[in-house]
Amino acid sequence: MTDDITTDPSRPSERMRAGSMVIGKLPWIVAGLFLVILPVIFPSNSAITIMNQMSITMVFALAYNMLLGQGGMLSFGHAVYMGVGGFACVHLMNVAGFFDYLPLPFLPLFGGLGGMALAIVVGSFSTRRAGTIFAMISLGIGELVAACSVIIVVFFGGEEGVSADRTVGMPFFGIEFLQQREVYYLIAFWLMLSAILMYLFSRTPMGRMANAVRDNPERAEFLGYSSRWVRFHSFVVSGFFAGVAGGLFAINYEILTEENLNLTTSGTILLVTFLGGVGHFFGPVIGTVVFTLVQTVLSLETELWGFYAGLLFLATVMFFPGGIAGLIMMHAPAIRLGRASRLILPYLRCLAPAFIGILGVAALIEMVFHVRHASVGDEEMSLYWMTFDSHAVAPWVVAIAVTAVALALTKRSAPALRAAWHDANTPEGGAA
Amino acid sequence: MELVFVNLIDGLVTGLLLFMLSAGLTLIFSMMGVLNFAHASFYMLGAYFGYQISQYTGFWIGLVLAPLIVGVAGAGVERYGLRRVHQYGHVPELIFTFGLALLIEEIVQFIWGKNQVSYGIPEVLQFTAFSIAGNSIPAYKVFMIFISIGIFLGLLYVLTRTRIGMIIQAALSYPKTVEALGHNVPLVFMGVFGAGTALAGVAGVIAGPVLGTFPGMAFVLGSIIFVTIVIGGLGSLWGALIASLLIGWITTFAKSYNLEMADLLTAIGFKKPEPIWDSAWRDLWTVTSPQIADILPYMLMVLILIFRPRGLFGKRDV
Repeated sequence: MTDDITTDPSRPSERMRAGSMVIGKLPWIVAGLFLVILPVIFPSNSAITIMNQMSITMVFALAYNMLLGQGGMLSFGHAVYMGVGGFACVHLMNVAGFFDYLPLPFLPLFGGLGGMALAIVVGSFSTRRAGTIFAMISLGIGELVAACSVIIVVFFGGEEGVSADRTVGMPFFGIEFLQQREVYYLIAFWLMLSAILMYLFSRTPMGRMANAVRDNPERAEFLGYSSRWVRFHSFVVSGFFAGVAGGLFAINYEILTEENLNLTTSGTILLVTFLGGVGHFFGPVIGTVVFTLVQTVLSLETELWGFYAGLLFLATVMFFPGGIAGLIMMHAPAIRLGRASRLILPYLRCLAPAFIGILGVAALIEMVFHVRHASVGDEEMSLYWMTFDSHAVAPWVVAIAVTAVALALTKRSAPALRAAWHDANTPEGGAA
Repeated sequence: MELVFVNLIDGLVTGLLLFMLSAGLTLIFSMMGVLNFAHASFYMLGAYFGYQISQYTGFWIGLVLAPLIVGVAGAGVERYGLRRVHQYGHVPELIFTFGLALLIEEIVQFIWGKNQVSYGIPEVLQFTAFSIAGNSIPAYKVFMIFISIGIFLGLLYVLTRTRIGMIIQAALSYPKTVEALGHNVPLVFMGVFGAGTALAGVAGVIAGPVLGTFPGMAFVLGSIIFVTIVIGGLGSLWGALIASLLIGWITTFAKSYNLEMADLLTAIGFKKPEPIWDSAWRDLWTVTSPQIADILPYMLMVLILIFRPRGLFGKRDV
């Protein structure tokens, strides 16, 4: 089932852009069912809020990966298209009489058109070159539009943004979208629809050409394709789906501000997408789930969550440029050979101490932070459900000892893991 | 008329500060083909190291030591980070430096906290150098101008008159040939990266006391120095200088002269709609130059990239 991998994932230079694989019907059906029953499993309001946020980010990340992963274009200002789509939707919601013609669930379509319109204008000159020049133009446009939000108050609403009310519309089969759960199903529907459409786009000749232009624009030109127009089309389609995400954002939060346009949002989506893995279609989905969980869970536990997220991101770029999806797909050959089970024990032996070691390092970081920044006299800190005095010697000794032992164990079991990995990926009787 | 002089000096200070950052950035770019997103973060590190050292020994030792430390840190990043990512291609390199910029900001917050630290100008320089029609020019500004010009001349001398400069210039265009001649090109790269970040460190030490030393200072300057080197032409030292001064003066003048769009529109024959607050075009009519001063460089960059992708002085396209 792994037809035409266009690039060789065993070479480091190509690991980031491993080929697009055919995804059968089954995963889609499973994903759809999963989305339907999720609110039944987690019925609390806070869980649904997080799932709404995740779904919107997923649409956006998938749209972003159309550029970065499939088209090889690095954008530092993609939030602009999502934001403009969202602002367009908020204004439409405020237009008296709009909902007489169309119910709310069609609104994201117009967000998409808004994002697409801007993408057509910007793409007409920015897609002439890929690589650094494209990244720079996207950065410039991003800064420009973000700065315009304070100047063009009519459209962007200045500092307080633009808000609207989603419930004024005519009921859609009796649903008025008063409850979070109803909004969730609307967003989930658009998530499935956009994901399927984006996947199908990547399978069209157009989508395949985008891969070709990413890997070797010169050769694509020799085959008679204008690499510029291929890039332009990917860019416009990506702008459309980013706008859809903006429309969903408008429906969910009912307000858009400058925050939806600025560099921080653009940077976050780059982080999310890269963390998940740009080489695979489903990478951004994994990235969104992991990142949102890290963000919500860690930010409750520690002030330093941005620091850990930054470390995780940097480690991903340096050691696993394929992201989490790449890490998972690395195991495909072993599974196909039926030898994945040989990896379980060495993994446990290596990763369990590694996990403890990482927790230990984090504990040391937290303790240093507490000693430096807690108010004078406040010497008590709690960590991992324990409360202790951060200025005493004993906790430090324990933390350092546990960390050192755990890391030493990891180091000792690493060669065994490497051997097991080699063994699991070698066919019977054949050399690697 | 006097105000023009004051603005010229202010713009010169801003421009030269930008130049100290963009000079290193453009050198690094022409060597390795990678735009270092974290360059402004090294500038911030320079300011913070300078502050920390000045707590113990005073400003002047900090001015010497802090850039050295920043340079060593930069060389380390090249050796153990960038060189590793290099094999994956340019886009991951750009992403790496982007992540590094985020991480450095977090580290700075971790060590020095989220608030501005009290990094002040040394007492020796706390006097008015001269005044123009009642506007006093502090001595520290004059000091900044002289330091930056000195660095520019030094850089020009090293690059064009010394043996090391020759090797660097040769390695820019023909790294393989230079390597074949027996020079250690990776070492040269590391050195240039270290020197470039050290320059950013100098800029941080001397700008920290006047612009404020806080965790957001890299973000403020981060994208503007890209704009500078793109406008000047990637890889061109002279281009970086001209573009820095241009941006310094444009933003300073746009801020101090309140030009209104309404006057411009009336001058070319449009009629101001009444009442203005009801019109769909009210934002266009009420735009003033101080409002858009900070986005003028970005507009300039987008225009340059569309019409002259190689920049003002660049020899090759981006």
